[in-house]
Amino acid sequence: MKPPPFEYHAPRSVAEAMEVLAAAGPEGKVLAGGQSLIPLLNMRLAAPGHLVDVNRLTGLDTVEVEPGGVRVGALARHARVERSAGAAAAQPLLRQALRLVAHPVIRNRGTVVGSLVHADPAAELPAVLALLGGSVRLARPGAVRDVPAAGFFTGPLESAAEPGELALSAFFPALGPRCGTAFHEVARRHGDYALAGVAALVRLDDGLRVTTARAVCVSAGPVPVVVDVTGHACADGWAAAARDVAKRVEPEDDIHASAAYRRHLTGVLAERALREAAASAAGDVGTRR
Amino acid sequence: MTTRLFGEPVPRREDPRLLTGRGRYLDDLGAGALEAAFVRSPHAHARILDIDVSAAIEVEGLVAIYTWEDLPEEVGAPLPLLIPHPALTHGRTARPLARDVVRHVGEPVVMVVARDRYLAEDACALIRVDYEPAEAVVGVETATRSARLVHDDVPGNVGAHLVQEVPSAAGLGAREAIDAAPHTLSFRLDIERSASMPLEGRGVYARWDADDRSLRIYSSTQTSTSVRMAVAARLGLPLTKVEVIAPDVGGGFGVKIVHPWPEEVLVPWAAMLLGREVKWTEDRREHFVSSAHERAQVQHVRVGFDDAGRVLGLDVTILHDHGAYTPYGIIVPIITATQLPGPYRIGAYRVEFSSVYTNTVQVTPYRGAGRPQAAFCMERTMDRIAAHLGLDRTAVREANFIQPDEFPYDQGLTFQDGRPLIYDSGDYPESLRMLKELIGWDSFGELRARAAAEGRRLGIGLGCYVEGTGVGPYEGGHVQITSDGRVHVSTGLTSQGQGHETAFAQIAAAELGVPLERVSVVTGDTRRFGYAVGTFASRAAVMSGNAIALACRRVREKALRIAADALEADPGDLEIVDGEVRVAGTPGVAVPLATVAVLANPLRYAFDAEAARATQFAGTPSPDRPPVAEGEEPGLEGRDYYSPVRSTFASGMHAAIVETDPLTAEIRVLRYAVVHDCGNLVNPMIVEGQIHGGVAQGVGGALYERMVYDEHGQLLNASFMDFLMPYVTEVPRIETAHLRTPSPLNPLGIKGAGEAGVIPVSAVIASAVEDAEGIRIDRMPISPSELFDLRRAAG
Ligand SMILES: Cc1cc2nc3c(=O)[nH]c(=O)nc-3n(C[C@H](O)[C@H](O)[C@H](O)COP(=O)(O)OP(=O)(O)OC[C@H]3O[C@@H](n4cnc5c(N)ncnc54)[C@H](O)[C@@H]3O)c2cc1C
Repeated sequence: MKPPPFEYHAPRSVAEAMEVLAAAGPEGKVLAGGQSLIPLLNMRLAAPGHLVDVNRLTGLDTVEVEPGGVRVGALARHARVERSAGAAAAQPLLRQALRLVAHPVIRNRGTVVGSLVHADPAAELPAVLALLGGSVRLARPGAVRDVPAAGFFTGPLESAAEPGELALSAFFPALGPRCGTAFHEVARRHGDYALAGVAALVRLDDGLRVTTARAVCVSAGPVPVVVDVTGHACADGWAAAARDVAKRVEPEDDIHASAAYRRHLTGVLAERALREAAASAAGDVGTRR
Repeated sequence: MTTRLFGEPVPRREDPRLLTGRGRYLDDLGAGALEAAFVRSPHAHARILDIDVSAAIEVEGLVAIYTWEDLPEEVGAPLPLLIPHPALTHGRTARPLARDVVRHVGEPVVMVVARDRYLAEDACALIRVDYEPAEAVVGVETATRSARLVHDDVPGNVGAHLVQEVPSAAGLGAREAIDAAPHTLSFRLDIERSASMPLEGRGVYARWDADDRSLRIYSSTQTSTSVRMAVAARLGLPLTKVEVIAPDVGGGFGVKIVHPWPEEVLVPWAAMLLGREVKWTEDRREHFVSSAHERAQVQHVRVGFDDAGRVLGLDVTILHDHGAYTPYGIIVPIITATQLPGPYRIGAYRVEFSSVYTNTVQVTPYRGAGRPQAAFCMERTMDRIAAHLGLDRTAVREANFIQPDEFPYDQGLTFQDGRPLIYDSGDYPESLRMLKELIGWDSFGELRARAAAEGRRLGIGLGCYVEGTGVGPYEGGHVQITSDGRVHVSTGLTSQGQGHETAFAQIAAAELGVPLERVSVVTGDTRRFGYAVGTFASRAAVMSGNAIALACRRVREKALRIAADALEADPGDLEIVDGEVRVAGTPGVAVPLATVAVLANPLRYAFDAEAARATQFAGTPSPDRPPVAEGEEPGLEGRDYYSPVRSTFASGMHAAIVETDPLTAEIRVLRYAVVHDCGNLVNPMIVEGQIHGGVAQGVGGALYERMVYDEHGQLLNASFMDFLMPYVTEVPRIETAHLRTPSPLNPLGIKGAGEAGVIPVSAVIASAVEDAEGIRIDRMPISPSELFDLRRAAG
């Protein structure tokens, strides 16, 4: 379990990193926290000719609370974002999700942006970005673009980030007034990728009626599956809404769980997440953390 | 000065070193050595047609590539079948490198040596092996039914078949006794594969001294003495020219008792041939597919019993999955078959097993070694009987227990050491009483009801076992006191984290009357002690512990003899306290052991002040006696061996309370209680640590771990991502209580404890989940997904 040969680059500036990446083209790979990429290399499942280590870049280890949301720089580690009080206040779902990502030691290294670009359909953060309708900022020499979540996750382990592009940051919209979120999942072991998981976002009006109810499911398809259940929730209640979520996912059998079980779990977790999000929106569960 | 000795919870002396990263594991050695990597079969069953290494030759830093054809005859011959048995009529072992046929994914085919492991793997990736794939045999039932053969010359894929039968007191065979019984049940049980999975894999590092024509091998092994003999024989070297050292070993759990591994032969051979140091460190993927697994069995049970639940007849037929080879013989199924009766007096018992070849990784002992399967079978049977009769599960066990006044109790079977299976001591009713109290068995109903009122589902379960520990043939100990008063203990068996440095030092300190701090312990180094068997089968404390105690007694006697001379006292009046030989009851008349050591070795040359006291003009007491008395040897040292007539039998009972989520089917162990009897305890803290680790592995086997082979013999979960060992977050807090029924078989009265924790866990969890759910659990491990399926099937 040693990686195949590659050329190692450790650029000192974003500009230099973009140049190296542009030159490497399809042969280049960004190395961020390495928590996903290094295992792939060691198992020889990936064999990039050039590894561009971005860990020495300055100015990317940022968590900025902007008026409309939280902007997370490419070198902000999971742990840093998880601990940021400002981020948690602006968008509580970030902390709710990050607590479910792996274990503390992995969160100390792994980056939020790396997780998004890696685009694992079992991962929590892509689901969060998709549910909230956030975006990822990608850059190449002379060109910066923001790709909205809806177009960013293109398949299992596939994102809109193109060869030669460096992801600079991700933007997670803030939680609006009378909104609540929750994230529930079931994993085989503490910190494992979930067998099924559902994050929910519920918005109420001043009369505490549901105006938006959305859920996103992990391990439920090739990309995070966002389901709008506003209609169901209003008409038939949370249990019916959750059943609808369970119907819309496309889980697969694998060695850890059957598709039927995952679908069942998705329903159970959807109901838990939607109810908790609604309660939170109604202010039932105290102040937002 | 502290003198903390036998029986005290002395903190493990090795821990500060091991826990702060100062351990020296195999891969920490040999920084400049060449490194080996292997091309391993990607097929479960195939014929090798051609091996093309031409592209690999170009890799810069490559040193050598070896295929089977390059190996001298003795090196390339099949590896030894370590434990032959008459019932193993078709024993088969692999060659170090495959010659023509590969029989499981991961079998080594080509060895590559390069400047480092990276380059070696690069070269491996460029070697083209042409295979003609054959159909794979996967799963024991397929193996017995199918026409496909793992080995062409093993019909029906059956390597061994063994029946043992113990008739009832009235002379009835088990089948007759069952037919005549008021109640009978028959059912099938399944246990899946797991593996030892030490955090440090295997590894070998060899240094050939061409001038001295000697070989030093470091191996991450559970038996350095036997690796030494095996490798010396294979490589045609005199035994005296081969040294084998087990450095710190990061866990063994059974897999490292197998030897010599292909790499243990090939790495030293290459080192000799190349005249360079060569090292191989197994990686995790290799460990999954080319070391060993265990556990998989299918059991068919028939049992007959009376109204009280007493077992009148038990008939068990076992299909044991042996994987592709049988290097360790049929020890695992023999242990299952013979330990199955556990703490019970079974009316008549018949057990039959077939050891079956499949195109999967070979099966050799993993902690528990066949006993978890045995306990699963017996304890599921007890629960079935209780359910059938509407009796409490503990009542059925009580009705069947061997009673304290029945020891020694002969089960009438032949154990894994070829000797009669006779329980030496125990008190099973007391053990169960303690367990019920510890877990709160009798008041569980209230707990369950309270939980149910909150919509929670709880269940309780238990399991009992008896474990033959401390198997022979022998171990030895050597104890030397040097002129600085230090005590050097060595024994040949190895350590894989058990705490031998502490436990053996406690024994020596207690026997010799010296402070623990002065005692140091060396294990697994053939330079220090050449005769040993190894560390497995919960035998180290029993075997080496007693051998060291006996060796200490020799040293003590000698010390008293010499001190008696010096003090002009009778040896019978002397005692050793705090490292000093004293005349009992006469304060101030004493001689330190350091001085005794000086006096024990008469010298001509004074190299320091201490030594000067033993030189020839320092005043010899009796000029008419030889300086070294007749029958004595110079030095204050002693060596002795312990070789028991048969095994000693530890026992234990576990209980658990589990919670199953009514919606998600998640299974959580809320409480786990262990009552354990290993006779006298050398160090209760170490015993508890052993139990904790064992239970953790048991929880893995019950709820998480399995080897998922597809029908082509591909192992689908060969990584820690998908082979789910429990984290600390999945292991419950373990509550323990000790019962002590000392073994009458050995001087220290101890029994083994190393495997205890793991043995009944699958049985216990199955019992508890069944209790919570009201659904029969016949197959372990069980995952939430499977529980969900069972619920749906139950409607
Ligand atoms: C044992 C274990 C358990 C885990 N469990 C979970 C879990 O439960 N949930 C979960 O979500 N994750 C889990 N992870 C993954 C973890 O969260 C990773 O940190 C994350 O997926 C990737 O982040 P990274 O910074 O380590 O990226 P890397 O491994 O460095 O890179 C991953 C991929 O993203 C690309 N990339 C990274 N950064 C950039 C960038 N700035 N621009 C362009 N491309 C980039 C890389 O080229 C690579 O293709 C687990 C990891 C481990 C080892």
